Amino acid sequence: MVEFNLPANSVVKEGKSFSAPAGAKTPRKFRIYRYDPDSGENPRTDTYELDLDACGPMVLDALIKIKNEVDATLTFRRSCREGICGSCAMNIDGRNTLACLKPIEDIDGEVKIYPLPHMPVVKDLVPDLSQPYAQLASIEPWLKADSPAPPDGERLQSREERAKLDGLWECILCFSCSTACPSYWWNSDRYLGPAVLLQAYRWLADSRDEYTGERLDMLEDPFRLYRCHTIMNCTNTCPKGLNPALAITEIKKMIVERNI
Amino acid sequence: MTESYKIIDHNYDVVVMGAGGAGLRATLGTVEAGLKTACITKVFPTRSHTVAAQGGIGASLGNMSEDHWQWHMYDTVKGSDWLGDQDAIEYMCRNAVPAVHELEHYGMPFSRTAEGKIYQRPFGGHTRDHGKAPVERACAAADRTGHAMLHTLYQQCLKHKAEFFIEYIALDLIMDEDGSCRGLVAWNLDDGTIHRFNAKMTVLASGGYGRAFFSCTSAHTCTGDGHGMVARAGLGLQDMEFVQFHPTGIYGSGCLITEGARGEGGYLTNSEGERFMERYAPTVKDLASRDVVSRGMAQEIRDGRGVGEHGEYIHLHLEHLGSEVLWERLPGITETAKIFAGVDATREPIPVLPTVHYNMGGIPTNYKGEVLNPTADDPNRVVPGLMAAGEAACVSVHGANRLGTNSLLDLVVFGRACGLHAAEVVDPKSSFKELKASDGEIGIARFDRLRWAKGSRPTADIRLEMQRVMQGNCGVFRTAEILGEGVEKLSKTAATLPDVAVSDRSLIWNSDLVETLELENLMVCAASTMNSAEARHESRGAHAHEDYPKRDDEVWMKHTIATVAWDKGYGVDLTYRPVNTFTLTDEVEYIEPKERVY
Repeated sequence: MVEFNLPANSVVKEGKSFSAPAGAKTPRKFRIYRYDPDSGENPRTDTYELDLDACGPMVLDALIKIKNEVDATLTFRRSCREGICGSCAMNIDGRNTLACLKPIEDIDGEVKIYPLPHMPVVKDLVPDLSQPYAQLASIEPWLKADSPAPPDGERLQSREERAKLDGLWECILCFSCSTACPSYWWNSDRYLGPAVLLQAYRWLADSRDEYTGERLDMLEDPFRLYRCHTIMNCTNTCPKGLNPALAITEIKKMIVERNI
Repeated sequence: MTESYKIIDHNYDVVVMGAGGAGLRATLGTVEAGLKTACITKVFPTRSHTVAAQGGIGASLGNMSEDHWQWHMYDTVKGSDWLGDQDAIEYMCRNAVPAVHELEHYGMPFSRTAEGKIYQRPFGGHTRDHGKAPVERACAAADRTGHAMLHTLYQQCLKHKAEFFIEYIALDLIMDEDGSCRGLVAWNLDDGTIHRFNAKMTVLASGGYGRAFFSCTSAHTCTGDGHGMVARAGLGLQDMEFVQFHPTGIYGSGCLITEGARGEGGYLTNSEGERFMERYAPTVKDLASRDVVSRGMAQEIRDGRGVGEHGEYIHLHLEHLGSEVLWERLPGITETAKIFAGVDATREPIPVLPTVHYNMGGIPTNYKGEVLNPTADDPNRVVPGLMAAGEAACVSVHGANRLGTNSLLDLVVFGRACGLHAAEVVDPKSSFKELKASDGEIGIARFDRLRWAKGSRPTADIRLEMQRVMQGNCGVFRTAEILGEGVEKLSKTAATLPDVAVSDRSLIWNSDLVETLELENLMVCAASTMNSAEARHESRGAHAHEDYPKRDDEVWMKHTIATVAWDKGYGVDLTYRPVNTFTLTDEVEYIEPKERVY
């Protein structure tokens, strides 16, 4: 019988518990993953009970309330609080999403909050995203064209051509999709993942870009592109309602088409 | 104390603080010019608050109808209520067209016209031929123009292999005895190390300070960090009393609904269903500039014609535009209204309220981006080695009230200007002046003091009290009594800062400490805003003083300079410098002040 031993520090322990203030009419428990890099101790889950009557509607409101009023050490990224900066991506109720766009009332029972899965954790809910950022740079996500742009005007692009970018350029790089992808969990060192492939397709789809061939050459690789097995977790989880799986399929189609 | 921290020194030709629109454009410029540049930012570049800009970037492309940069300049001067410096306004408006074309050439995904040109929509305060009618001047990428622009600029920085220091918290400037800037000290959240950036030129592009107020459209990270650093270096902040209230923040959450919504034909109504802006701005109505619309709304609410159970908000109607227009041109705010107001904008009006949105004031600069340290004899004295751009700066192109779309424009035009000026004055071949052991000590001491703060008031407590005072005593309508009370209350709150309690002592990602460092910056901004407002006895642009309801050009056509005694209870010393009443070239005449009617 094979025995698996998890590293000792991977076991998530039960942490502290804070109850709701006396007289709370709608108490709700938030179980939150905590990891303190300075202490060297195992990660834990702390439980905070809040009175939802005295809390804003979104999960981010609850996190901020905890930080402001219960436990100032709780650490998470946040900025715009309206779903456009992509800072507060985390795993809430078993699903990757943005805390600022996730209503608490959509969740039954305890609200479980973990960092984005399968990324190194820097502290609490803050994952290290340097890998996907580097992968983004690797696809050279900028307009490449040798034809000179008109000196006193814009490059023209028809409405139909521009419409091909819709659903692509709106990506906020929160990486909810990539970190929801089992294929990315397994091969994140070599597979680019849905977020970065969506960006790759954004440039393939842009009528102004003249480097389609080179871009496809770079992507035509058993790992970078073809580790996508159409699992669709990416599309399922995208908090902006985008469809990275479709973009990946479009790239695969472009490669097939140029090879026949 | 400093021995206990690991300090890493760097030499760079240029260090840029902030990676929003202005910081990235400045970085791009200096990198292209061959200067070794470090861009330091507390969030990953595409998470900077530029990303949240919605409606458009102003430029007189004339793609939809006739337009000229001189018209744009006139509107900007009028919008500024003649507090803007016309040399800088000329510089911005004439450079607007090439700046937008440059963004398009970089690959920015603008919406398009039927001819394939950049799509433009009308916006508040932007008019045809000196106020005759609204004009389409806002170059838009649907209603996510800031997102499109910020990502495009980041992509260009990647292309040029710019060096980023991401999730570094800038602590303080390093200043020389001779008053010049030598760089800055920063804290790396990822590993807890302290970094001294020795730079021949430092550019502050750290954004605004909306979070000094209780309700704002600004991100949590808009905490006036550059303002705080400048004040602690003994330099002044300009025109801080001018705080823009955006007419359409969602009631409750404060999330922004772009002015572009009204540009596309949306309008406001009161509880009687009346389009009340027709009374306040008969010519351009709902597309008057933001201060005028916000005051109109606040007046309706005060007069008991607000909507809702307690008459506390106003309705913004978009439903008549039809769902096709909404989903094509305004998809972002249609979604935002659904999520944050529970409203289907294709069917029902959105509850909105004037909400703190933008700071016209900031670090004083000239049109090249050089930071000013004015004296009575020399109101244009420059601080060597220091520049600023974007919302952090006060050039001043926005004067007493900024026009919508002029902020994105400001970012790229003056971010670029910083790059050009740095390329001109910084010699990449010159050697670096060695840093002394004591350089940066002020910043490290501040860091250490707050890290171990054992007071009785949590950061969030003091911050909330400050935000409430600013909201209650420095709002849309101001009186001598309200402002006087505000000065007093705020100084009491500031006096409790030495009693702040920090509970996290760690060095890696200590966000409790980050928020406390930010609170000190916010307090600098709050104190200078409140005191500058209390002293200005006139009404101009966003500063509406009910005891002095008229603009007073005789006495008050001048910039406020506030110096904050951050180490002595945040007392504020006020001086003034003249407005630049001249243009940059002979191609356009100085626009004489006149009454501002829309």
